[in-house]
Amino acid sequence: MKRFILESAAIVDVELIKLVRDPTEIISRAIQPVLWLVVFGQVLAQARGIHTGQMNYLDFITPGILAQSVLFSAIFYGIAVIWERDLGVVNKLLVSPALRSSLVFGKAFAAGFRGMLQALVIYIVALVLHVSVRLDPLAIVAVLASVMLGSAIFSTFSLIIACVVKTRERFMGIGQLLTMPMFFASNAIYPLDLMPGWLRIIAQINPLTYLIDALRGLMITGGESVHGYLVDFTVMLGVFLALLLIAVRLYPKLAE
Amino acid sequence: MDSNPTDTPAKLAINTVALTRRFGNLTAVDHIDLHIPYGEIFGLLGANGAGKSTMIKMLTTLVTPTSGSAEVGGYDIIKSPAEVRRSIGYVSQMVSADGALTAYENLQLSARLYGLPRAERSTRIHDALELMGLTDSARKLVKTYSGGMVRRLELAQAMLHRPKILFLDEPTIGLDPVARHTVWDRLRVLKRDFGMTVLLTTHDMEEAETLCDELAILHTGKISVVGIPAALRAGLGAETTLDDVFAHYAGGLIHESGSFSEIAQTRRTARRLG
Repeated sequence: MKRFILESAAIVDVELIKLVRDPTEIISRAIQPVLWLVVFGQVLAQARGIHTGQMNYLDFITPGILAQSVLFSAIFYGIAVIWERDLGVVNKLLVSPALRSSLVFGKAFAAGFRGMLQALVIYIVALVLHVSVRLDPLAIVAVLASVMLGSAIFSTFSLIIACVVKTRERFMGIGQLLTMPMFFASNAIYPLDLMPGWLRIIAQINPLTYLIDALRGLMITGGESVHGYLVDFTVMLGVFLALLLIAVRLYPKLAE
Repeated sequence: MDSNPTDTPAKLAINTVALTRRFGNLTAVDHIDLHIPYGEIFGLLGANGAGKSTMIKMLTTLVTPTSGSAEVGGYDIIKSPAEVRRSIGYVSQMVSADGALTAYENLQLSARLYGLPRAERSTRIHDALELMGLTDSARKLVKTYSGGMVRRLELAQAMLHRPKILFLDEPTIGLDPVARHTVWDRLRVLKRDFGMTVLLTTHDMEEAETLCDELAILHTGKISVVGIPAALRAGLGAETTLDDVFAHYAGGLIHESGSFSEIAQTRRTARRLG
């Protein structure tokens, strides 16, 4: 276990160094969520077309947009892995005696840090737009933990796709194919109650829904988690562990 | 553990018995028996697609064999992959040092993944940088390095944990003659001062001739011939060059085969190092 932590930490450190050295990715990834909040969110809030109960619409979608940006930045993690494969970095890591689980977990954890930076951006935009953000430290810590877990889920999912498709071209196609449906088949920009029955079923097996549900309660004053935090976190942890197990099996195949 | 009692595996750095790997219908490596003693620099030659890379990938535990067995550093590659990984160092044909990090950071990563104790890390890293002549550029980003420096850094990473055996997949591909000679020189030092065994693949006849103690030429997944370079030349008569030897045993000229992806990869590596 000590070995697992030390090795994972080595992988995380490297990712953080790179992130700090070249933050352009963070900045470019921040643009899309800002557009969703400032343009889409504000316009729809005026229109009052979507019934979100007690919450005003901008409050409602802020956690949804945070989750979206977590999903969108994590889901392309696989591209980086394919790039590393083409460079020979994957081979080098796999020839080392490090546990395969440390290599995969380290990547997932590093993705979590990226997600937390996204969260920071969204908090700032939300404050500027007078979204009723909860600012008690405990709530913020819980939001960051959820974001961490969400990023870990989607980056590991992305890693699995990368292991299966192995080329950038195919990955790009599949990445696009998955992200938008996952986003729309979730409670990010409208409540589950408004969905037709078939869509609600899809949304309920979509892990993104549970991330958003947790964030909605933790991030917004007056927001509530429909499923309850226990369910949200249990589902997310379960999904992450399942994905991790699959990824640990598939990752070594990248070297073949 | 002892898959071949008639040999003396303890004296052999690498010992394979009928090692085979198939990809679908293609038999990339076909019942290869290879016996490499400790302390040698051993060269694997062959046209693209002859099975060199698959051979190295099996011996470094990246690819599992379809059948047959192999011991590396005394450990079975199938039963004890973790022990094999601890005993070896590997430099991929591709450029595997991280350009976005400094040499020092690249070495730190290796040190941590190989579980070197914290107290030893900085000494080891310092020594490795010194040995590879990179001390002055240790804090520069690797993307600013020349091709030869990148290769030497990769060697430093591969030898940091003092492996018994080094695997090098085309170590001097894409390097200019000066850089090539520097890499050879460092490899000889690793052999002499650390007693490392080196298994490398190459397309470079000069490298095979001057650097390698022994050579094996592969052709369509099988070994055509094994021997010391001088003996291989002598075997084909006076005035024979190693190019002639290669053409004789590898079924034609050096670059006549190879898949599109292999060629693309080689060119990419050459471009990034050049």
